Amino acid sequence: MIQEPLIFEISDEGKRAYALPKLDIPEKKDVLQDIRTRKDIEGFPQVSEIEIVRHFTRLSQTNFCIDIGFYPLGSCTMKYNPKINEKIASFPGFSLSHPFSPEELVQGNLEILKTTEELLSEITGMDAFTLQPSAGAQGELVGMMLIRAYLEEKGDPRKIVLIPDSAHGTNPSSAHLSGYLVQEIKSNEQGTVDVEDLARAMNDDVAALMITNPNTLGIFESDIKKICAIVHEKGGFVYMDGANMNALVGECRPGDMDVDVIHLNLHKTFSTPHGGGGPGSGPVGVKKVLEPYLPIPVIERREDSSLYFNLDRPKSIGRVQSFYGNFLVVVKAMAYILSLGPNGLREVAEIAVLNANYIRKSLEGEYHLKYKTPTLHECVFSDKFQKEHGVQNIDIAKRLIDFGVHPPTMSFPLIVHGALMIEPTETESKKDLDLFIEAMKRISKEAQDDPEVLKEAPHTSYMRRLDETKAARESILRWRPEEKEAPQNKE
Amino acid sequence: MSYISLSDKDKKEMLARLGLSSMKELFTSIPDSIKLNRDLNIPDSKTESELVSHFKDIADRNTDQHYLSFLGAGAYPHVIPSVVDYLASRGEFVSPYTPYQPEVSQGTLQIIFEFQTLICQLTGMDIANASLYDGASGAAEAVLMAHRLRRKPKVLLAGLIHPQYKEVIHTYTRNLGIQIEEVGFSSDGFMDDADLQKKIDTETSVVIAQSPNFIGVIEDLESISKTAHANGALSAVVISEPVSLGLLDPPGNLGADIVTGEAQSFGIPQSFGGPFLGFMACSKEFIRQFPGRIAGETVDVEGKRGFVLTLSTREQHIRRERATSNICTNQALCALRATIFLETMGKEGIRELAWHNVQKANYALEECVKISGIEQKFSGAFFNEFVLEFGKPVEDVNLYLKEQGITGGLDLEKFYPELKNCALFCVTEIHSKENIDRLVSKLKEALNS
Repeated sequence: MIQEPLIFEISDEGKRAYALPKLDIPEKKDVLQDIRTRKDIEGFPQVSEIEIVRHFTRLSQTNFCIDIGFYPLGSCTMKYNPKINEKIASFPGFSLSHPFSPEELVQGNLEILKTTEELLSEITGMDAFTLQPSAGAQGELVGMMLIRAYLEEKGDPRKIVLIPDSAHGTNPSSAHLSGYLVQEIKSNEQGTVDVEDLARAMNDDVAALMITNPNTLGIFESDIKKICAIVHEKGGFVYMDGANMNALVGECRPGDMDVDVIHLNLHKTFSTPHGGGGPGSGPVGVKKVLEPYLPIPVIERREDSSLYFNLDRPKSIGRVQSFYGNFLVVVKAMAYILSLGPNGLREVAEIAVLNANYIRKSLEGEYHLKYKTPTLHECVFSDKFQKEHGVQNIDIAKRLIDFGVHPPTMSFPLIVHGALMIEPTETESKKDLDLFIEAMKRISKEAQDDPEVLKEAPHTSYMRRLDETKAARESILRWRPEEKEAPQNKE
Repeated sequence: MSYISLSDKDKKEMLARLGLSSMKELFTSIPDSIKLNRDLNIPDSKTESELVSHFKDIADRNTDQHYLSFLGAGAYPHVIPSVVDYLASRGEFVSPYTPYQPEVSQGTLQIIFEFQTLICQLTGMDIANASLYDGASGAAEAVLMAHRLRRKPKVLLAGLIHPQYKEVIHTYTRNLGIQIEEVGFSSDGFMDDADLQKKIDTETSVVIAQSPNFIGVIEDLESISKTAHANGALSAVVISEPVSLGLLDPPGNLGADIVTGEAQSFGIPQSFGGPFLGFMACSKEFIRQFPGRIAGETVDVEGKRGFVLTLSTREQHIRRERATSNICTNQALCALRATIFLETMGKEGIRELAWHNVQKANYALEECVKISGIEQKFSGAFFNEFVLEFGKPVEDVNLYLKEQGITGGLDLEKFYPELKNCALFCVTEIHSKENIDRLVSKLKEALNS
C-alpha cells in the first residue's frame, strides 16, 4: 500500500474544499480595528474536496475495526455496534438541539435521559443514576467524589482508598484525584480479593474499596457480599467498577451485591461504538444514601409530568460537564437496551460467557493460564510457555494481526506477567472464534518452530512494527513546515 | 432484535465442549443469593422498525430545532460541510478502540497527529493532545496542570469564564487543597485589571481567562499574561469559540502557557451538549505535566514513517495514581470530525468563516441597538456574541420571541445576578440577513408591546 502523506504535505496555495455564500450584509472593514488579528495561519492546509475525501478514505483503510474482524481486546468489550443506533442518534430532533434551549422545547431529550436512568437503575439494581460522566474514568472520579462528599458531611472524609492489585490504572488515578491515598490489596491464589487481607486493611481511615466485578481476570468475586459487609462495618463504601458488566446483565445486579456506587461504560456493555478512543459515556449509579450528592443538574418530573433540570441540590458535588454528558451516546445506549429487552440482555451475558469459556477451554494447555478459577466473559492467558522459546506476549499479539485478528489486551492486569487478556463478546460467530483459536494454536507452534516469524510480526499490515522508544525520545508531536527542507532539524 | 451470531447448534456444541448442559451452569461462580432469577423489568425487545418509530416520537417532542435560534454560550451553530458526516461515519473510524496497536491503527493515529498540528497552528502553541472530554473538563485539567507545575495554592479565575466551566473547575479541585478566587470584570466587559492586580500574589499558580469571554468580548490576553508572569504565575487561556482563532492573534503569541477549550464549533452538531470536544495545548517545556493521550511520529522496522501513542509514562495505565490525569477514553471521533472540518475549511476558509461571524454579529448588534429600549451592555470589541440590555425582563422578551418562532438570547441573570434584563446573543455565518432582520423586527415588537 502506498503511504498516505500528511494533509499538510499535499497542500498547495489557493486550493479550497469549501466556500461560504457571499456576505449578504454590508461589510464593515473596521470592526476589529483595535484588536490584534493574525495573518493567514502558517501551514494550515489548502486542498480540494476530492483530496480530502481520498485522504480520509485511504487513512480509514489502514485501520482495523470491529466492522472488519474479531477484536478480542480484553476488558474493552468490543462487541458489534448496531447501525440503527447510529441512525437514531442522528435524528435532527436530537442532534440539532441546543443545550440551553428552553426546557419545554426539549422534553424529548429530557425523556431520553430520564428513561435511560431508569433503565440502568433496573439493570443494575441501583437507586439512582447520573448520565453526565463522559467516560468510565470520569465516572470513577464522580463516584469517589460522591463518597467523599458524604463522609465529609459526616465529619471526616477519611484518607485511604483500597484497590486490588488487579485493578485497571484509572482506579488509583481517580481515587488520587478525589484526594485519597491509594493502598493496594493483594489478590489471593485464586485471583480474587483476599478477604482476610481486606479485613486487616479495613479501618476507620478507609473511605472506600474500589472493586471490579467480575475482576480484570474475568473472575467473579464470589465473596462480594462478605467483602461489602467488611467495608460497611467500618463505615466505608464499596465502589464497583462496572467495566465488565457485560458478563452480568440480566443474571445478577450490583445493587443486590450490596455495592454502594457503580459506573457503567455505555461504550462497552451497551454497544455504543468506541470511535477510535471515544466518545464514551460513564454513567454512575448509587444507592439512596448517596443520591443527594449526585452532580447537577438532576432531571426531575413535575406534577404535570413534564421534566426539568433541577439545580437546587445543596448537597451536590457540583457540575462535572459543560452540559449534560455525551447525550447522543446515551441515545444509542437506550436504543440498544430497548432493542434487546429483558431476554436479549440476559442472552448477551450468556453468550459472552459461553464464547469466552469456549476460547479458554480450547487454548488451555497451549497457553499458560495462571489462575484456574472459573471465569466469565474473558480469560487471561500468559506467554509463560512461549517465553521458553524467547517469544513474548507482544510477539504473539502482533502475529495475530497477520491472521486478521486484533491483538488482545497486554498492558494489564499487572498480576499476570506477559498477559494476554481475551474478551470475545457475545456477537462473534463460532466460525470466527474457531479461526482465532486456530491462529493462536498455530502461533504457539510457530513459537517452537520458528520464533523469528513472531518476533518480526506483523508481516502483512500497512505498517510493520513501530519504534515506540524513538517516538518518545524524539517527541515529534506535530508537523512543521520547515521539516520539508530540513528533516534533520526535527525537534 | 438480537445481535448474536451463534446458531442453536453452535450453542449446543460449545456447551458440550465445556461439559455443560445449560447456560445456567456457566454462572455457577455467582452465588445463588445474588442471582436475579427473574426477568429484568424493562420493555420487551423491539425490532428495527419499531425502534425507529419509538425514537421518532421522542425526537418529535423536541421542537427547538424549528425555531430561529440565537443561542450560543458554549454550543455554537455553524455550517458542517457534507464531507464531515460522510467520512466520519465510516466503520473504520467509528468502530475501532483506542489505537493501542499502531500497526493496525495508522488511520486514527495519523489523524490525531494532524489534529494536534491543527490545534497548535490555531492556538500558536508548541504541542497539543489528542482531546479531552469537553471545554469544561479542559479548563479543569488546565488548572490541575498549572497547580502541579507551580505548586502554589491559589488559582485566579476570570469571572467571565463560561459559568458552567467554572463550576466544573470547582468540582475537580474541591478535594485537592486548591484555593480558587474570582477576578471581577469591568463595565466594558473585560477582566478587571485592577482587581487582578489586587488579587494576584506570589502564592498564585495560574491566572485563567477566557477569550472571547462568556459575554463575547475579546480579552487583552497579552496584558493578563504579563501580569501573571510578573508574579511567577502561569497564564492559561480558555477558548469556547475557537472559530475566533481564524482571525484573532493566537494566545501563543500573547504569552499563554496553556490553551484549552471546546472545539464543538468544528464540525460537531450541538447535540444537546454532547459529545463535544475538549482540546488542550501548551508550551513544550511543560510536556511532562501535560494530560491526555498524545500521538507522535516514528518509523517502523522498514524505516517507513508512522505514528504511535507516545509519552505514555504520564498516563494512568503506567503511572496509576501518579498520572497527570485519570483520562483514558477521550473524544477521538469528535476530534476526527474537527480534523475533517478544519482541513476542508482550509487556510482561506477558516479566515473567511471567522470574518463572516464577526460581520454578521456586528450587523445584528448595530440593528438591535437602533431599537429604543435596547442597549449594548458592554462596549468591548466582540467576536460572534454580544449582550443586549432590555428595558424589561429577558423572560418577557423571550416569551414574545418564542411565540414568533424565535429562540432569543440567553438570560444572563441566572449566571450573573447583577446582569438583570441582559441577554447573550450569538450570531454566526448560518444566520442570513433575513434571519437577523426578522429578529430585529420581532425584538422591536417585543420591546414596544
